[in-house]
Amino acid sequence: MVTHTQSARTGQRERAGEASGVAERGRPGIGQRLGGFLERSWRPFALLAALFVAWWGVTAAELVEPYLVPSPGDTFDAIAARPEYFWEHTWTTTYETILGFVIAIAVGVVAAVAMVQSSTLEKTLYPLLLFAQVIPKIAIAPLFVVWLGFGLGPKILVAVLMAFFPVVISMVTGLKSVDPEMLQLSSTMGAKSGQTFWKIRFPASLPHLFSGLKVAATMAVTGAVVGEFVGANAGLGFVILQANGNLDTPVLFAGLLIMSLLGVLLFVIVEWLEQLLLPWHASRRDEGASTTL
Amino acid sequence: MAGYAVEIDDVTVRFRSKKRDVTALTDVTMRVEPGEFVSIVGPSGCGKSTLLKLASGLLPASTGDVRLFGEPVHGPRKDIGYVFQKAALLEWRSARKNILLQAEMRKLPPKEAAARADELIEMTGLSGFEDALPHELSGGMQQRVALCRALLHRPPVLLMDEPFGALDALTREQMNVELRRIWQETGTTVLLVTHSIAEAVYLSDQVVMISARPGTVAGVVDVNLPVERDYGPTMAEPEFAKATRHIRDHLGAAAAAE
Ligand SMILES: Nc1ncnc2c1ncn2[C@@H]1O[C@H](COP(=O)(O)OP(=O)(O)OP(=O)(O)O)[C@@H](O)[C@H]1O
Ligand SMILES: [Mg+2]
Repeated sequence: MVTHTQSARTGQRERAGEASGVAERGRPGIGQRLGGFLERSWRPFALLAALFVAWWGVTAAELVEPYLVPSPGDTFDAIAARPEYFWEHTWTTTYETILGFVIAIAVGVVAAVAMVQSSTLEKTLYPLLLFAQVIPKIAIAPLFVVWLGFGLGPKILVAVLMAFFPVVISMVTGLKSVDPEMLQLSSTMGAKSGQTFWKIRFPASLPHLFSGLKVAATMAVTGAVVGEFVGANAGLGFVILQANGNLDTPVLFAGLLIMSLLGVLLFVIVEWLEQLLLPWHASRRDEGASTTL
Repeated sequence: MAGYAVEIDDVTVRFRSKKRDVTALTDVTMRVEPGEFVSIVGPSGCGKSTLLKLASGLLPASTGDVRLFGEPVHGPRKDIGYVFQKAALLEWRSARKNILLQAEMRKLPPKEAAARADELIEMTGLSGFEDALPHELSGGMQQRVALCRALLHRPPVLLMDEPFGALDALTREQMNVELRRIWQETGTTVLLVTHSIAEAVYLSDQVVMISARPGTVAGVVDVNLPVERDYGPTMAEPEFAKATRHIRDHLGAAAAAE
């Protein structure tokens, strides 16, 4: 079904684009891409708006006690009352998250490349990775505090640990998914293994890597906040814990809201980077997506 | 240096997997003179692709010897151009950049490579689609890009695995004429796998027939057509009809016996 519609569509485009040439169709400008992005993502935004209205409706109708679920107004008032306080703690968490995310990408990609190069290394590392993944981070986070103190260290470490796994797994899958005939072709060209890696294997693995990165981005936020839960004097996790202790639900909700926004924002940035760096992949996927809708 | 471009000597190829053993080729012996155009025909699964991979060193022989220009083949050879059965293009590279991959990997001088790429694009009728990504090209166009890529470095041996399978009949005829011309101009040795008997006879000096699994050489047909072959008149030659009938009978008989 999908392929049928898709090919029909490509046919149309081909006819339409005959005069103008193919290059223009292949590479839309940034503005056009952004427009396309908005066009595609209004639905989730509409859903969010609907949820927001529902939240407002529930509190306005006083279906629940305000100290259990504060109204949106109270929540925003809580932020507006102490903007610097929120800004400071949001920044701390953002900082930990991004640092953790970046380290996870670097370590994850290097580990994946190493594992694909050597099967002994893969066999050795895989169980360790799995172990690091299944161990509950909330349970080992206190240990990191003992080791690294109350500073940023343990938060970043938990963020790295949580974001690392999807990066490695997706990158390994990506590196292994290269068409074997492509590699054979490369060897008939007398390519060195470095050339084959940079020109074929690595670019071919990027779409897989990016789907892992999207998962990892949200994991990194969770990781940073989990790190803050077990011992911190700054960050959104700290804000939430403190507000919980004071039964200050508007601040608690504000913390939660900002935290989720942070995750969504990071996710959207990764998605946007994907479109920017892999237009060939994105345009293919979009075609599929727009025909299935 | 020995006299043959490609020499395959009493070769057997076996694929071993956990589930089963497949003997793809057995007792295959074949010799190709430098500059000769040889086609390989045979039923699906008889080992034609395997034979090309063997000649290029991508696949080791289980027993027997393979030599290219007198040198024993161990491991992939780079003095060849290979067109795979699937186009095998990099989907993030434009048609032109896919063709130029050959030059990048071999570190050829960029200017000359670019000029050669333009020439090949022109020749194969890809002009106007240089910047298209593979998914924006039709199957036949993708295959032509793969052909350009294989020709870029003017290889002494060209191995082609059903390069025109995805083309419509008319384009296919044009490509046949084009390939014949390229071959005459370059003096390249060509090994072509095809399912089309007419294509094999029109293009080749020799047609090698492979029997069904396990594949072995069932016969060789010498095509005694003149070097200059205009498409229409050649098709009408009695020698053309004779050769195609011979091959058809042979393959048909093999299929019937199976
Ligand atoms: N990598 C492999 N592992 C196991 N068996 C293989 C492998 N490659 C090919 N074979 C087997 O070898 C036989 C010959 O395969 P080959 O691809 O050479 O056939 P072919 O003549 O090119 O067929 P077609 O005309 O359909 O392309 C087949 O039976 C196939 O199953
Ligand atoms: Mg084949």
